[in-house]
Amino acid sequence: MVDTHAHPPQGFIQKYVFSQDHKIIALQYLITAWIFLLIGFVFIMVMRWSLAFPGTPIPWIGRFLPADLAPNGVISGQFYNSLCAMHGTIMVFLGVVPLGVGAFGNYLLPLQIGAPDMAFPRLNMLSYWVYLAGGLLMLGSFILPGGAAQSGWTSYPPLAIINPGQTVWLFGMVLLITSSLLGAINFIVTTLNLRAPGMHLMRMPIFVWSELVAAFLLLLAFPPLEGAAIMQLMDRIAHTSFYVPKDLVVLGMMHKASGGGQPLLWQHLFWFLAHPEVYVLLLPPMGIVAEIIANNTRKPLHGYGTIVASMLSIGAMSFIVWAHHMFVSGMSATLSNFFLVTTMIISVPSVAILTCLIFSLMGGSIRFTTPMLFALAFLPMFGIGGLTGLPLGLTVTDIYLHDTYYVIGHFHYVVVTGSIIALMGGTYHWFPKWFGRRMNDALGRFHFWGTLICMNCVFFPMFILGLAGQNRRYYDPTAHLHDLPTQPLHVLSSVAAWLLFLVQLPFIYNFFHSIWRGEKSEENPWKATTLEWACPSPPPHGNFTETPLVWRGPYEYSPEGLKTDWLPQNADPRSLEAA
Amino acid sequence: MSLPQAATAPAIPAPVSSGVSNAKLGIWLFLASEVMLFSTLFTSYVVLRMGAASWPRGWEALNVPLATLNTIVLITSSVSMVMAYARAVQRDLPGFRKYMAITIGLAYLFLIFKCYEYGSHFEHNEWPSTSIFHAVYFTLTGLHCLHVIGGIIVNSTLYWMSGKNFDHPLFLGRVEAAGLYWHFVDIVWIFLFPAIYLI
Amino acid sequence: MKSIYGWGLPVEASTYAKDVDFGIRLIHAAMFTIFILWAIFFVYLLVRYRRREGVPAKRDPEHHGIFSASLIPDLIVMLFEIALIFFYAIPVWSRIKGHAPDVPPANRIDVVAEQFAWNIHYPGADGKFGRTEMDKIHFSNPLGLDYSDPAAKDDIVLANELHLPTGRPTLIRLTSLDVIHSFWIPSFRIKQDIVPGMAIPLWVEPDRPGTYELSCAQLCGFAHSLMRATVIVQTPEDYAKWLKSAAPSVAAASTNTGQSW
Repeated sequence: MVDTHAHPPQGFIQKYVFSQDHKIIALQYLITAWIFLLIGFVFIMVMRWSLAFPGTPIPWIGRFLPADLAPNGVISGQFYNSLCAMHGTIMVFLGVVPLGVGAFGNYLLPLQIGAPDMAFPRLNMLSYWVYLAGGLLMLGSFILPGGAAQSGWTSYPPLAIINPGQTVWLFGMVLLITSSLLGAINFIVTTLNLRAPGMHLMRMPIFVWSELVAAFLLLLAFPPLEGAAIMQLMDRIAHTSFYVPKDLVVLGMMHKASGGGQPLLWQHLFWFLAHPEVYVLLLPPMGIVAEIIANNTRKPLHGYGTIVASMLSIGAMSFIVWAHHMFVSGMSATLSNFFLVTTMIISVPSVAILTCLIFSLMGGSIRFTTPMLFALAFLPMFGIGGLTGLPLGLTVTDIYLHDTYYVIGHFHYVVVTGSIIALMGGTYHWFPKWFGRRMNDALGRFHFWGTLICMNCVFFPMFILGLAGQNRRYYDPTAHLHDLPTQPLHVLSSVAAWLLFLVQLPFIYNFFHSIWRGEKSEENPWKATTLEWACPSPPPHGNFTETPLVWRGPYEYSPEGLKTDWLPQNADPRSLEAA
Repeated sequence: MSLPQAATAPAIPAPVSSGVSNAKLGIWLFLASEVMLFSTLFTSYVVLRMGAASWPRGWEALNVPLATLNTIVLITSSVSMVMAYARAVQRDLPGFRKYMAITIGLAYLFLIFKCYEYGSHFEHNEWPSTSIFHAVYFTLTGLHCLHVIGGIIVNSTLYWMSGKNFDHPLFLGRVEAAGLYWHFVDIVWIFLFPAIYLI
Repeated sequence: MKSIYGWGLPVEASTYAKDVDFGIRLIHAAMFTIFILWAIFFVYLLVRYRRREGVPAKRDPEHHGIFSASLIPDLIVMLFEIALIFFYAIPVWSRIKGHAPDVPPANRIDVVAEQFAWNIHYPGADGKFGRTEMDKIHFSNPLGLDYSDPAAKDDIVLANELHLPTGRPTLIRLTSLDVIHSFWIPSFRIKQDIVPGMAIPLWVEPDRPGTYELSCAQLCGFAHSLMRATVIVQTPEDYAKWLKSAAPSVAAASTNTGQSW
């Protein structure tokens, strides 16, 4: 056991800033990641003006933008590309992953397995600060010479080699990758070594499983991107040509590079990371949904074993599906068939998890609490996201739909109405544990319905845009004839995005207001069975007053012959009260 | 689920753990990610070489005798690292310090040779941008050098800490972890050497 | 004239457009059916099992292992996917992308993409493409055609205008001067990335004369969204007439060769 547990830290700086307590680090991650999500959202709100009303100045905000980025308040193509690249980067690497893994995982994983802290508390602190540094570097790139990256979050070379701004992005990525690697090692060691007595692997809550699988994905999938980023960095700084073929002519000028590189190499390496990354975005929120559903249906999850096995097989399979992002990239057509088959196979465990979660409702006594509303909304929304993946994963239909708004609609349904909805639900669910107070229920319900409706109005039109053949990453959709008829849908989507921002205001207010003024909460307000509810709210330094003993699986709700309808994992069977 | 009360006195839950220490498990996981990093670069090397019209033979373009010497230096330093760990297990502080110093010294020697090698390439006006072959050579060996420098920092820290913390319960585990890392750096070189210099 | 673009799929204008559309329609019908069935079931569950006073939750029968009833719908979805792969995706894919049909040299076109324009290169009457050299590239000679090569004399180079005949396949060789672009004609249901350093073949057989749009579908820089070209599909007779009328660009370009700016 690490010796720092013995004496809790003193002083504000040690306690709240350079803290080594997993709970404080998790809250730092939580606040930082929500702020980054908000920043990424502001970027897209600016971009959506250009999409809805191309060529017109942005009202009010336009005046404050520098003239070289937005002449007369009209977004330039270059600025749009920067916002677009940074929106993707921020949302994925600075928003959803740190929230799902850094915040929720950090807070709940040690609690749910009955550990006093993470295995390496100092490493944990380090990974937060490295993450923050990476994030600030990314944001700071807007004011650095050369501006922010503008080659998309995918950074395909040779565009990424010749575009300005990319170097800072690459340095930022190296920091973020390092942070994720440190975090992943910490999570795996903690899960394998610090479980409380009796917490066998198959007694771990689904959320812990999801974090464990996600940590393995981060551990093994990020280094290839790091390697790829090092090579791209060399291409930019040392003028090597890993990704630059011979004889490029850029805007009429010969590009000076020795040549011999392969642009497709980057795409393979990038997607080798980025597909597992999709599951890092998705698995922790799925785990959150599973926890909330089990708790609010008051019955055990349907098919715990199926869910665990599915998560493990998703984790393993996600390493051999990457090239389905590259069906039209010029990769060999035969190779595409292989990735077509693996892609269809990986959909099987995803469908299995979703089905298990829906079947879990059967026979339940469903409480429609605010977190439960979010968890329930996850199911059909993720369903839409998953189903629309089908025509994209199928080679032939992907010829038409690749790089259109259909793709945007698809992965936003997965990540926004899926992951982010689940993370919001998780925030409501565990808020009492974090702060010992509850969030306001009425505001929460308003936030839920507003968010759900607005999100659907933002993303559903994208499927129609995609089917009409509109491409992604155009700052001016009216430049193409085939995109003109569907332009009203962009207006709808944009207005819904701005409204979506407005309905987040009650959430922000509710969050901060409830930290200090919320209704006081008891230790276990939701009558839940997992271990995090067995310690005080908020848990003290070292979490548990005494090491909990684990007697049973995670979801023993409504057991027969008991007075209460929940049986915590740590409840001693010798002292139970019969009905 | 059957009535909890009906069960005859339930067994007290037993501790569950992987049985491997945190430090050891952590360093193995770290090495797994490092394996992925270097395999990425090796794979890229293979792909680029297969796609290239021509590729210089390593022994014609590079200084093979010096690299062979460097291989011997690194292998020796791995042996001295093992000796340092063995001395630490025997609670022999002077012995530990002696072998650790040898390990660190050999690592410096490796870097000095490497600097000389790079320097002579630069003198002949060969840079990473000269050709895709040089790009691969400089990037792969350069990344390996960074790992050697990392090893020097870790080992020096342990050397420095050993005065006060030699009897700390976690110290031995840290030496073991540093040793695993150092062997890994050695093994990477053993793959790099033939892959770049010999074929 | 009725617009060929709307809120749905654009008009089908190539021989394989129907095959692609068949898949898109089939999958969407299936997706819609699956979603509606699930949604009805889902809403039913929410109403039927809502919390009521005195009605406790009912646990499923004790169950262990990784197989459960939830795998049955999964099995059905999987069978559907397998059928799609083997009876639709693989055969159609290999027809479209697998191997190009054998066409006479006159039916070949080079498309050279650059930031932010499409250069269309026709071999002319001799069916031979003239040699191109990077250092001859000039804004009046965007491909760097070497006019000392006899094969180049009758070559036609157009900017942002692609003419194609109906009734026979045309083989298009895609190359890029600078970054990755993507050749995308929605009405033909064809899309192919153009990777610098690679020459990627693509074939298409338009079957409906008219004017269509060629767009770049891969982010290629600040003016990506302005990179487009007009595709003019003509009957074989009209196409032959147009080929004759299109003056070889040699007259205009040769006056510039050798001149320095």
